[in-house]
Amino acid sequence: MSAASERPGLRSGHFRLWHNPQVRGVLIQALLLAVVAWFAWEIIDNTITNLRQRHIASGYRFLDSTAGFGIIQTLIPYSEVSSYGRAFIVGLLNTILVAGLSIVLATVIGFIVGIMRLSSNWLIAKIGTAYVEIIRNIPLLLQLFVWYRAVLKAMPAPRQSIAIADAAFLNNRGLYVPYPIFGQGITWVMAAFAGGILLSVLYGTHARRVQERTGRMPPRLAASLGLILGLPLVAAFITGLGVSLDYPVLQGFNFVGGLNVIPEFTALFLGLSIYTAAFIAEIVRAGVQSVSKGQTEAAHALGLHESTTLRLIVLPQALRVIIPPLANQYLNLTKNSSLAVAIGYPDVVATGGTILNQTGQAVEVISLWMAVYLSLSLLTSGFMNWFNARMALKGAPSL
Amino acid sequence: MTGGPVEKQAASFVQAAPIAPRPAPVTDRGILGWIHANLFSSWFNALLTLIGLYLIYEIASLVIDWAILRAVWSGDNREACLSTDPNLPAGACWAFVRAKFPQWIYGLYPTDERWRVNLVFILGAVGLVPMMIPRMPFKRANAIYLLAIFPVITLILLGGGNFDIDATRWIWLATMLGLALLVILLLSKGADIIEFAPAFRAWIIAAICLVLLYFVLGANFGLTHVETSLWGGLTVTLVVAITGMVASLPLGILLALGRRSHLPVVRLFSVIFIELWRGVPLITVLFMASVMLPLFMPEGASVDKLLRALIGVALFTAAYMAEVIRGGLQAIPKGQYEAAEALGLGYWRKMQLIILPQALRIVIPGIVNSFISLFKDTTLVSIIGIFDLLGILHAGLADANWSTPQTAATGYFAVALIFWLFCFSISRYSMFIERRLGAGSNR
Repeated sequence: MSAASERPGLRSGHFRLWHNPQVRGVLIQALLLAVVAWFAWEIIDNTITNLRQRHIASGYRFLDSTAGFGIIQTLIPYSEVSSYGRAFIVGLLNTILVAGLSIVLATVIGFIVGIMRLSSNWLIAKIGTAYVEIIRNIPLLLQLFVWYRAVLKAMPAPRQSIAIADAAFLNNRGLYVPYPIFGQGITWVMAAFAGGILLSVLYGTHARRVQERTGRMPPRLAASLGLILGLPLVAAFITGLGVSLDYPVLQGFNFVGGLNVIPEFTALFLGLSIYTAAFIAEIVRAGVQSVSKGQTEAAHALGLHESTTLRLIVLPQALRVIIPPLANQYLNLTKNSSLAVAIGYPDVVATGGTILNQTGQAVEVISLWMAVYLSLSLLTSGFMNWFNARMALKGAPSL
Repeated sequence: MTGGPVEKQAASFVQAAPIAPRPAPVTDRGILGWIHANLFSSWFNALLTLIGLYLIYEIASLVIDWAILRAVWSGDNREACLSTDPNLPAGACWAFVRAKFPQWIYGLYPTDERWRVNLVFILGAVGLVPMMIPRMPFKRANAIYLLAIFPVITLILLGGGNFDIDATRWIWLATMLGLALLVILLLSKGADIIEFAPAFRAWIIAAICLVLLYFVLGANFGLTHVETSLWGGLTVTLVVAITGMVASLPLGILLALGRRSHLPVVRLFSVIFIELWRGVPLITVLFMASVMLPLFMPEGASVDKLLRALIGVALFTAAYMAEVIRGGLQAIPKGQYEAAEALGLGYWRKMQLIILPQALRIVIPGIVNSFISLFKDTTLVSIIGIFDLLGILHAGLADANWSTPQTAATGYFAVALIFWLFCFSISRYSMFIERRLGAGSNR
């Protein structure tokens, strides 16, 4: 009876509570929680005290007051009497515009350069390498300044504009191009365009069924192109779509009319696209190289054409590797578009910065910025998770 | 086998000796063969080659013409860089770069005190070069010098020492450390959570270091005080990049461990911290550091502008570093964790002795990549009014003495070259290390 109680490990009082890993876990977490809570309380308390001393009212009510500053590029109607909230929305739309367009151009350049680096032509491969190595080792901000101050602002004054076919003009105020004004029929043409896309999707499904049944493949590309491009053309003819162009005209010291692409936008657009393209090129190269040569050889052995091999065998496997980092680069590009503030493009950070300077509502403006970028990040990572789940190899161990 | 006559008969029409191998056709060997195979293997390739050659010719002639042939190499002011011939615009204005170069390195640092910056550069190189050569011995001592001693020396040399340190805060810190030691010793008494002797030794060392630091920072070395607003140029770029790196590495390790912890609260806080910083652009972080940080501080306490930027950069980089290190932690096989546990190691010793050494070795290329992007991102501090290399360039461009049409282009070209040289050499070094580390596993 006394044997057990004499074993030293079981003596009461020796095995203390905190030797239990679970208890210790709870203790550590409680400690961390307390520290973080104390830290947060300290910060909030200091902030409230400081704000009260500077007579700054907290809250988002300032968004309704009149902004009183102009914005050089607005996608929605905006004037100096609009509210701060509207100015912020204008900035947000400008961010989305430049990020969206840059993503397209960056992807195009990136894929071209990535494929150049894989080329069997030595010179072309080296040019691709040089592009990547030069562009990605120079800070983006510096590149933006080069585009803005050394290239676009160094253009001639409006009176000495570089004319392109007497319709488009390039000067230090930006690029002026004719702006199309559509007549009444535009709604019908757009409807025909949408209908064309729908029909070509239906036709694609039908064509696949035919191929599965008979083994012969109906001409899909020609039919789709005919539907998507042809239908709107027909609609344009029937409704008599009258397109007139609004030409830019030199009046006094500047151009009037047409569409003005401001140099701030162009610099940001080119800078972001060219910079991000260098990273996309590396992703594309790694993705294509990750598909083993045996896959191509096996496809050839099955009698698939070069183009079919690329489309059905190599690309789907390469894309599985390419898309997640690609989405990451898109996100980086969007975040990098905030450098607009340095060259004066009115994006969400630049307009927010102006609002911050005018109102002193630092906490509110910065929280709005964070909300904007965080929701973009969450959207992207959500997409990536969805895509990874869709593309994951069936039966492969999940990481 | 024994057909002698047959052999004789055969010999008349069968080749007795092997034909000497003929050289490959001229289009398949030597330099011609290489050109044929790599540049002109098909009509399409030939076309691409010609387009490529044309492109290279155009760009090279443009750059050489501007940067060398038409360039102005010396002069005292803008007059030198203005073209007298309206049909032949002047090229690069290198005279501007020569005039402003000391500023690009030292910023507005007082001329008489620039030897201090030079000394910092030399001391840094003395620590860095042997660190980067794999064969050099004393890596541990070298790392301690580079990560602990050198930053303190830099702080004293650049700032001037004789810092006014609030002794009460210091005592408070020492008390907290002592309390922590006491709690840990009480908790671990009689159990094997922490070995008594090493923990005690670590605390003694930490205490001695703190006391030393207190006296060293407070000591008067007879150096004049130089405001951080006078620091500038490449000096500030390097200070921001290296501080960001040194500060973010330990923080990143802690966050990565936290994100993989089994304790839900620790994991949650780590995830929130990492995703919050990674989700926003650096420029908003810098705005936050420069505008919001003063609001967070207690009344009367003010933080230096450069220090505020440094805090922002360090926290931002730490989040990225955490994700890089997490990748390394995930790559360590589960067996390593289990083996460490089977040996009876606690959490911290398991991490310190088994997991982290392996994980960090795997992610060295990733860490170097973060460093390169951090180095490029330091240019952003110029937006919040700190004169880093890009900021000081802009200050120089605003100088009316040098306002010519070519000044901006020349300045950007030169600064881009400096950044490129730094980043490119770091990336090449990282590739070298990667190959060296891979050599073990690829055997």
